[in-house]
Amino acid sequence: MEDILLLQAIERYLDGTMLPAERAYFEQLRKNTPEIDQMVVEHSMFLHQIDMYADKSNMKHLLNETHAKLLAIGDINEGGELPLKGKVIQMWNRYRRDIAIAASVGGAIALMISALVAYLSPVNNYSQIQQLKGEIEYVKNKQKDQFNKLSDVESKLPKDFVFKGSGSGFLIDPKGYIVTNAHVLKGSSYANVINNGEEYTAKIVYNDDSKDLAILKIDDHDFKPLKSLPYSLRKNNVDLGEEIYTLGYPRNEIVSNIGYLSARSGFNGDTSSFQIQMSANPGNSGGPVLNKNGEIIGILSTKEKQVEGVAFAIKTKTLYKFLDELKKTDSPVETIKVPSRSLMKGLDRVAQIKQMESCVFLVQAFNKK
Amino acid sequence: MFLGYFYPSPSIKFQIVKAELNEQALLKGLANNDSKAIETIYKNNFNMVQAFILNNNGSYDDARDIFQEAMIALYEKAKSESFVLTSKINTYVYSICRRLWLKRLQQMGRYSGQVDDIEETVSVEEDMEIHEKRNAEFSIMDRALNSLGEPCKSLLEGYYIKKMDMQALAKEFGYTNADNAKNQKYKCLIRLKKLFFAQYNIGE
Repeated sequence: MEDILLLQAIERYLDGTMLPAERAYFEQLRKNTPEIDQMVVEHSMFLHQIDMYADKSNMKHLLNETHAKLLAIGDINEGGELPLKGKVIQMWNRYRRDIAIAASVGGAIALMISALVAYLSPVNNYSQIQQLKGEIEYVKNKQKDQFNKLSDVESKLPKDFVFKGSGSGFLIDPKGYIVTNAHVLKGSSYANVINNGEEYTAKIVYNDDSKDLAILKIDDHDFKPLKSLPYSLRKNNVDLGEEIYTLGYPRNEIVSNIGYLSARSGFNGDTSSFQIQMSANPGNSGGPVLNKNGEIIGILSTKEKQVEGVAFAIKTKTLYKFLDELKKTDSPVETIKVPSRSLMKGLDRVAQIKQMESCVFLVQAFNKK
Repeated sequence: MFLGYFYPSPSIKFQIVKAELNEQALLKGLANNDSKAIETIYKNNFNMVQAFILNNNGSYDDARDIFQEAMIALYEKAKSESFVLTSKINTYVYSICRRLWLKRLQQMGRYSGQVDDIEETVSVEEDMEIHEKRNAEFSIMDRALNSLGEPCKSLLEGYYIKKMDMQALAKEFGYTNADNAKNQKYKCLIRLKKLFFAQYNIGE
């Protein structure tokens, strides 16, 4: 009980509610009794601790209230869209160093490959013409895309393969046989084809560098064979000045170009191809060249380097020869049934292209690291 | 926006001065538990801190924890007599949060040695030492209070934290009069003091 009375006195002394006379008496007591003096000091300190505890508890409570209030008004957010930076940007920030390194290594490899290719390929007439295979441009775009695609679905690209180049290709049999240029696949052991954002793995069935033609077979259970192809492969000769068009992938997106047939033979009188007047770009290689009846008359493959707008397409006749040649080998190509009748006769170009789109593929070539 | 270049410079200076005064007023409000000031500081700084924590391996809960702790540190600083804030509020808050979060990452063993800063920082080491000492004292008091048992705990909390008067406390706890409640409070206080100092002196 005495303790309590003393404590009560100390508290009253500390908070200044003592009367002057009592206060003077208490101070005297403090001076004379060290124990009491010690208790006053100790209690003062303790009260300070309790005060700080109280302040902090109250502030914590206030902060929680404020948080809930601001959350309710929407001044701050938790979950969903981030107020300052999105998830992708976060990932970008976290991985940008790695991405930058990967991109520059990729870029360096691409440059080295093209330097090597340029250095090692034999110098011949062909240096005046340019194969329309997209390489470095494509790699650059690809790297740009990768930044955006970080969180996208996993690609079917094999992990330990390096990208060699890309071109275009088209179905010659609805079961999934695709024709493209041999140079698109040159030096690569693996290909995949893309149409309308769908990626399929493909087998390289056969290629012939002398004719610059190759056959791929889509080898992917995601691929649903088409019922029929809307176009045919024209056997007969073609007319000079005939209006023609092509579809291909100079970019990651399908692009259509128009032009006309300008000569019955190709570069330096090459009879296996003909010359067309059309602006073609790297990546157009392997794309079909069609006339206004929806018949494929050739496969776009090269262009003249010096003169813009002059391109060359391999004749369909050459493709037929190539296919006959294949039948003699023991590959499964004998089952290829080439469409002989165009279903697009009489349709205008826009309508034809609409039907064509699902049959023209972006062909990507890869090689093992 | 481009017209801004043609503004006479005195008005720009004036605006800066005004902003500083504004920050002083906010801190004063914070020290006095003014809810409007707390809200303003909270609103102006939370998103920045949240972005920082989320960008550096943290969660929304982490962001809230860290930010509120920084607010407490700012509050303690604003309340202290020797208070001078030499930087802008957001720089100070960010610096505290950065320091707290790095420490936590280290404790979790997830510190990669690199953080993505989104603000400039000022040195907060001294302030953090004081803050950590206060945190330790706070948890000693918290433990002591929690081991008191009822009704002592609620009685003391009512008196010292909620600052209720003896009359109201007596009524709430069912004591016949304020004097009895007061007596009881002193008994509890003696016990609390013992518990507190037992821990506190070990800590020292």
